[in-house]
Amino acid sequence: MNGSFRQSMAWLHTWVGLLLGWLLVAIFITGTSAYFREEITLWMEPETHDSTLTPNTLDMAVAVLNDKASDARSWDISLPSARHTVAELRWQPLQQRQQQGGGRNRGESVSMDADSGQVVEPRDTAGGNFLYRFHYQLHGIPREVGRWVVCLATMFMLIAIISGVITHKKIFKDFFTFRPGKGQRSWLDAHNATAVLALPFHFMITYSGLLLFMTMLMPWGIDAAYPENRRDFFSEVFSRGGEEAQRPGNPAEMVDIKPLIAQTEAHFGKPVTRIGVTNPNRDNAVISLRVDRDPAITARQRGGDPVQVYNGVNGELQETLLPSEDPVSPSWRIYNVFTSLHMARFADPLTRWLFFLFGIAGSAMAITGMLLWANKRTQQLKRDQVPGSSLKLVNGLNMATISGLMIAIAAYFIGNRLLPVTLENRGDQEIQVFFLVWLAALIHALLRPNRSGWQEQVALGTVLWLAVPVINVLTTDSHLFTAVAWQHPALASVDLVCLAFAGAGGYTFWRLIRKPAPAKHAPRKKPAKRTAPSTTAPAGENS
Amino acid sequence: MTPLSITSRTLAAALGGYALSALCAMALAVILPMPRNEAVITGILVAFLLCACAAIWAFSVRSAWRAWGGIALVSLVFGALYLIGSPP
Repeated sequence: MNGSFRQSMAWLHTWVGLLLGWLLVAIFITGTSAYFREEITLWMEPETHDSTLTPNTLDMAVAVLNDKASDARSWDISLPSARHTVAELRWQPLQQRQQQGGGRNRGESVSMDADSGQVVEPRDTAGGNFLYRFHYQLHGIPREVGRWVVCLATMFMLIAIISGVITHKKIFKDFFTFRPGKGQRSWLDAHNATAVLALPFHFMITYSGLLLFMTMLMPWGIDAAYPENRRDFFSEVFSRGGEEAQRPGNPAEMVDIKPLIAQTEAHFGKPVTRIGVTNPNRDNAVISLRVDRDPAITARQRGGDPVQVYNGVNGELQETLLPSEDPVSPSWRIYNVFTSLHMARFADPLTRWLFFLFGIAGSAMAITGMLLWANKRTQQLKRDQVPGSSLKLVNGLNMATISGLMIAIAAYFIGNRLLPVTLENRGDQEIQVFFLVWLAALIHALLRPNRSGWQEQVALGTVLWLAVPVINVLTTDSHLFTAVAWQHPALASVDLVCLAFAGAGGYTFWRLIRKPAPAKHAPRKKPAKRTAPSTTAPAGENS
Repeated sequence: MTPLSITSRTLAAALGGYALSALCAMALAVILPMPRNEAVITGILVAFLLCACAAIWAFSVRSAWRAWGGIALVSLVFGALYLIGSPP
């Protein structure tokens, strides 16, 4: 190995970074969007927007369930929340009980408008879930393969983080150094700033990313300690509490649920969000009313909401279940903290925005790193020397993953509004729009891996992001100029973020077309170099 | 670094590193004096960090042989711990 330890770390950081950088940029950008995946899904289902919770919502939900599945094995009603406007009604039909072969039995479900009580059939779309799933298993390849590839990239990133920290002997000094308008140096400073600023976040997101897939990546410890049966480990750790379903009893009239809800809400001091009924309309009906637990990031991820269980016929309170107070062992605390931070399920809206910004910082770190690599080698070229094909390739792939992906995401949203609602396999077609546009951007980037290529892509991206809210005004009744959108801040924020991206794109474009300042050492102008000072511009452009 | 050295180190980092962390997860899962499920998760928490460290080790030492040697040595230690701790 040539040179010192630090030099070898710099070498490792550079090459590991280049190899997996493109994948990491895509994972970071789509993963950041996943913090708002429910908002995105909501935005992409405009049919559900005009729905607000009313005092009658529950009665109407029970009426719908009685109509569709009066003798189901169980009912489950989720009332609307800030991130979901319609009521979700699910039920398990009686008959399906026998065929409990392999997979989870999800039963059937409908969405109900919360103030009219009509069943809503939103357009077919994968919504925010597509971007969310892409960030951990990619698309179009077997799930397992995609997950392994993403986990490999994640491990590379963990290595890049550790070697990156080692590379910077003056990590804190570097952090406070920013030399804008100096080409290469500015990119390096921007890369350092975004990396160090959010270093705890980057470490958390990569390490927890591996932990979330620990059963796939590292089952050996589980097998070693549970040689009889791997499942014992899961039932010991992740059990959600047994729900022993009784056989359905004789038909009987059920008690009115409303007074029970008032009782439970008074008891917990919180609104009831989920209502479950086992054996509805039978003499052994059981009603369970659930409120959201107080978020705690060391707690287990699933289950454990406070519940009150009532007899479904006479309305007597049977039991009150609280989240278990069992002390959690230190290692599980670490696991819980890391994985809950990764998914931010505990987060209130403000915290969620903070995570979103950190995700953008992470994307910016990966992006500036990639641009830095290409920029450095461009500057090393001698005067009048033409960039070699490998440098062109890197430039093109940078462009395709950075501006190309942003163009494709905007196209995905636009496709959601413009594809006919009745189209067959509509959800898949939206995803096809995404990939076709991304492919076109890739081809364009490989053909024009230079400054004008960047200008064209950034310009197109800006126009498309601006077009999203505009097309929304033209095609729906819940755009920025209507009360419906503002009733649900989640909806308005999607449009606003699109506008913010358009703004960031416009700024980047302006930096790109401005004539480069006459640099003293006159380095060759190269793609996006002039955007250097605007750390926030490429950053803001990438969610 | 010669291409051969880079290839060898890469293999040491990937295969050796993974084997090392798998053995670490197995050893800690059976040898730590705590409830089984806690020992398992502790092993996994350590294993992932160790995997990254092994890769860094593989590229920081003077020769590819040394990279393999170090990883093999630590793997052997964990392997032995696993054999000691595993139920008969």
